Amino acid sequence: MADDWTAKLETYLDGELSASEMRDLDAHVRSCPSCAADVLSQLQLKRAVHSAGKRYIPSSEFRERIRKSVATKPRRSPIRMWLGATAAVALLLVAGLVSWSGRQQQMQRQQVFSELADLHVATLASANPVDVISTDRHTVKPWFQGKIPFTFNLPELQNSEFTLLGGRVTYLGQTPGAELIYQIRKHQISVFIFPDRAVGRELGSSSKSQKELSFNIESWDQDGLRYFVIGDANSNDLRSLADLLKKAS
Amino acid sequence: MEVAEQRLTAATFEELAMPLFDQLYNFANWLAQDRTEAEDLVQETYAKALKGFSSFQTGTNFRAWMYRILRNTFLTSRTGLKASAMVALDSDDAPELPAGPDTPEALLLEHSQHQLLQTAIEALPVHFREVLLLCEVEEMSYQEIAETLSIPMGTVMSRLSRARKALRDSLGPKQVRT
Repeated sequence: MADDWTAKLETYLDGELSASEMRDLDAHVRSCPSCAADVLSQLQLKRAVHSAGKRYIPSSEFRERIRKSVATKPRRSPIRMWLGATAAVALLLVAGLVSWSGRQQQMQRQQVFSELADLHVATLASANPVDVISTDRHTVKPWFQGKIPFTFNLPELQNSEFTLLGGRVTYLGQTPGAELIYQIRKHQISVFIFPDRAVGRELGSSSKSQKELSFNIESWDQDGLRYFVIGDANSNDLRSLADLLKKAS
Repeated sequence: MEVAEQRLTAATFEELAMPLFDQLYNFANWLAQDRTEAEDLVQETYAKALKGFSSFQTGTNFRAWMYRILRNTFLTSRTGLKASAMVALDSDDAPELPAGPDTPEALLLEHSQHQLLQTAIEALPVHFREVLLLCEVEEMSYQEIAETLSIPMGTVMSRLSRARKALRDSLGPKQVRT
């Protein structure tokens, strides 16, 4: 009785019987151990042939040769596509680095400015804001000799509203520098001078006007020195003091 | 893989034909049993198909069409002529195959079974080999195989059945059930 089915088993396993025949055979296989064993063995063979038959894999060169032979539109070669992709990635990286380093620089600048603002406030809050008390630039300048590793010139203030109150040694990032206190009307202004190589790198070489905690800041680079003018006076006052200092050097 | 009615352009050909590349290459190797010859076969198939693409009827089976070109190219090649002549001689008898090992242990080793099976498939006459591969590896329907080989469906079924029997016989008594 199983013989009627045996001939159909292959067709059954190939999924080529009609739906009703499939159902009938399904039912038969469940009840006939001989056919069930046959199905199992044939299924194993089918699976084995399926995997054994996938045997040969073309080389990518050969595939490319055929592709080129049937391609109509010139296709970008993988190398060029790769190069293009690499260039794009490189560009992104560079852009990322530039913006990162830009941000980094801005952050460092911000840090320097806020440190200077702190120094300025600390000086004003101090009981002894200056170590050399003198309105005379010819007294103040020599006082720094041997205390800081550089020298600088101070402007003549006779025809200006500014008064020199004195100076002190200060530090920014372990670098000694000069802090000079000027006064205009009721406002006190700190002028910081540091060797450029110690603090200037993060700041770039350009002149900057900025606000830090509502203090105005003027900053510039001159003769290897980095100048900062910081105070609560308006920015025009700071700029004119900066101009006087620039001219003096 | 029916191709919908559309304007058949050379660009369409590339899109349709390249996805079949790996399968056709595999099939070509099984037919020719030589790498260089298989590559020539695939190359010629693609060239012929591209040239004849305008004659391809949209709405019909593109895969069967490509396999048909490959197979016909093979059958008219020197190796192909020799292979089909061999079939003509023992056409209706089950093919003689080298006897496999009869130790069940050997059959349990999947790797060696894999190789045994490949050797057994290689040993099948080409008309059995192709029908078996189209059914089991390419998973074509009987109808598709009939279309590819340009033979009636009944012939597909009988060849398939004989190919399987030959394969089972060559794999040793353990595998023989009927």
